[in-house]
Amino acid sequence: MASSKKSSASKSTPRLEVKKTYKLYINGAFPRSESGRVYEVTNSKDGFVANPSLASRKDLRDAVVAARTAQGGWAKATAYNRGQILYRIAEMLEGRADQFASEIVLASGVTQKKAHDEVLAAIDSWVWYAGWSDKLSAAFGATNPVSGPYYNFTIPEPQGVIAVAPAESFLSLIDAIAPAIVSGNSVVALVPGSAAIAAMTFAEVLATSDLPAGVLNILTGSHDELAPWAASHMDIDGFDISGIDKKKRTELKVAGAENLKRIHSFDGAVSPTRIYAFMETKTVWHPIGV
Amino acid sequence: MTFEYAPAPESRAIVDIKAKYGHFIDGKFVPGKKHFATINPATEEVLSQISLGGVSDVDKAVAAAQKAYTKTWSKLSGKERGKYLYRIARILQERAREFAVLETLDNGKPIRETRDIDIPLVAAHFFYHAGWADKLDYAGLGKSPQPHGVAGQIVPWNFPLLMLAWKVAPALATGNTVVLKPAETTSLTALLFAEVCQQAELPDGVVNIVTGDGSTGAAIVNHPGIHKIAFTGSTDVGKKIARAIAGTNKKATLELGGKGANIVFDDAPLDETVEGIVNGIFFNQGHVCCAGSRLILQEGIADELIEKLKVRMAKIRVGDPLDKNTDLGAINSQEQLSKINELASAGEAEGAERWSPACNLSAKGFWFAPTIFTGVTQAHRIAREEIFGPVLSILTFRTPQEAIEKANNTPFGLSAGVWSEKGSRILWATQQLRAGVVWANTFNKFDPASPFGGYKESGWGREGGKHGLAAYLKEGK
Repeated sequence: MASSKKSSASKSTPRLEVKKTYKLYINGAFPRSESGRVYEVTNSKDGFVANPSLASRKDLRDAVVAARTAQGGWAKATAYNRGQILYRIAEMLEGRADQFASEIVLASGVTQKKAHDEVLAAIDSWVWYAGWSDKLSAAFGATNPVSGPYYNFTIPEPQGVIAVAPAESFLSLIDAIAPAIVSGNSVVALVPGSAAIAAMTFAEVLATSDLPAGVLNILTGSHDELAPWAASHMDIDGFDISGIDKKKRTELKVAGAENLKRIHSFDGAVSPTRIYAFMETKTVWHPIGV
Repeated sequence: MTFEYAPAPESRAIVDIKAKYGHFIDGKFVPGKKHFATINPATEEVLSQISLGGVSDVDKAVAAAQKAYTKTWSKLSGKERGKYLYRIARILQERAREFAVLETLDNGKPIRETRDIDIPLVAAHFFYHAGWADKLDYAGLGKSPQPHGVAGQIVPWNFPLLMLAWKVAPALATGNTVVLKPAETTSLTALLFAEVCQQAELPDGVVNIVTGDGSTGAAIVNHPGIHKIAFTGSTDVGKKIARAIAGTNKKATLELGGKGANIVFDDAPLDETVEGIVNGIFFNQGHVCCAGSRLILQEGIADELIEKLKVRMAKIRVGDPLDKNTDLGAINSQEQLSKINELASAGEAEGAERWSPACNLSAKGFWFAPTIFTGVTQAHRIAREEIFGPVLSILTFRTPQEAIEKANNTPFGLSAGVWSEKGSRILWATQQLRAGVVWANTFNKFDPASPFGGYKESGWGREGGKHGLAAYLKEGK
């Protein structure tokens, strides 16, 4: 009797949603912040949305270690292979487009249509950057006609570990990550505020992709807390601060000068210079002779 | 066997050094208020009195450069700008010997180098960039890339006129105007270059030269009328500049220090390699940011190669820089000599073994014998810090991976060298090395068409080639 009562009751009451626990994405795994801290994301319609992890300086350090370890292998992968791995991520993003759109609506309160457009723009941007993997040395390399019997060529190479601090949106996150990793860098993304919701779903995409663990690490929380640590970290080579308030950029550049970090910000335009900004240029000489 | 050479001094009659120099501002020489002496580091003879530029001199120079930018230089077509650069290149070639002798007197580097390397490269840089002036649409920076405006340029004392050329030529070709400060100890060729600008009828204010010390350089870096900084010098000063401009819209290229690794694999042709090692570290008294100052030898050939190197080093002729036989000239200043001495002493104190050939060094002037240290470990200061003198630190390795690890174990990343007869190994090593310039089976080669600059703490940006233009242009559409 009791059990039949229960089953009839479940027909009349709504099913309780299974909610996601938001964690960080470091070295291909989903740890909580070592600090045990979370922060609340809310919206005006639903109130409480989620408790993403509030990443700490220690989480950042762990992410940098993972990124440094993974970078060499990622850079060594052929450009064709990197392009295919990134393209497959776009395929998976497309399949989850509705989910991303709903999460953007949930986190930022924009209309479903606007959120959907943002997701499609992000996917297209990702595909565009993915296709650059095997064209960078054609665009940014050269063979140089030096005055002497030498073969002299210039090629672009990834810088190493790049931190990115995008603005609080899914599109900004994609536009910061894609140009940084396509050349063979590894990335630590500092995702602010409500952008954490879609960002951690993006991490689920990454986790089931062929992107090697550690190539892309995602920390959620506060730019004010994490960006200064990233700027002064001696094992981060470059820092995209496009999402940082203009007034706060100076102190980051001052801190970054300690290892002459390459610190750049971009106005959002999709451009190959955004890739090249986080590449180095190597020139090789060799004599010609019999 | 010892070869004896009769002295073959180059005549200094070709140069006419004034007793005192002002700044070159708005096309004219303007007397300075305070002065300091510039000396010949080979003899300590006072050559001239140089003006010590202050904030007001920099103000005037920036105002002149700003005026020239808006009134004349930015209105010229690229084609016409290019013709001025061609003129400058040609006059530099015509007066090449005069520049070579003056550079040797003021800097202390051998006449053989100023005559055959520095000054020809200076002319080549202007000639190369002259051709770019009307072809900037093809520089990979979009359609009609635009200049920044006024470039503040600070150059070092190791290649005084060559570093001026590396900076002034691309700045002018891309349509910027210039305020340049030569290094405190080597202002004379920059001031002679001002005369070349006059002879070329370069419009007034397009190139301005303010002489002085670090405070003059700081005044340029901090001046609100400067839009772009180009600096070559130490990593410490480079970091200071990066901090100073952090809150501004100023662009910067920085060519900073290095600790170049020169890797020799056991299949390398040893005699050629020895020549390359000597050129890598003793060229220009080792006052070279991209010097091959860490020699990393594969163990099996280390003893044999070091013996050959010692035999070769005993034949290096150290002495009068104006003598056409001289290989190694004077150290540029007492200050630099003290720094080299300090690091060399640290090398001994930390347990490395020091060796120099017998050298008859003059009592006058600043001299340092070519020196090698063996038994150097990665922890030694002489393996980590830039010595900027004729001092080579020698380390060894067993496996290629170990060589790369040692080579890359430095915050610098300017240059590296690889010696091997095996093509695939060379290409592998050049790929692994984290350095902006890699010389394989050669060393210390430079060309205006070849981009130069470092990874990591060796700086920001490139100079030379298509890549060097980017530093002076805003991307077009």
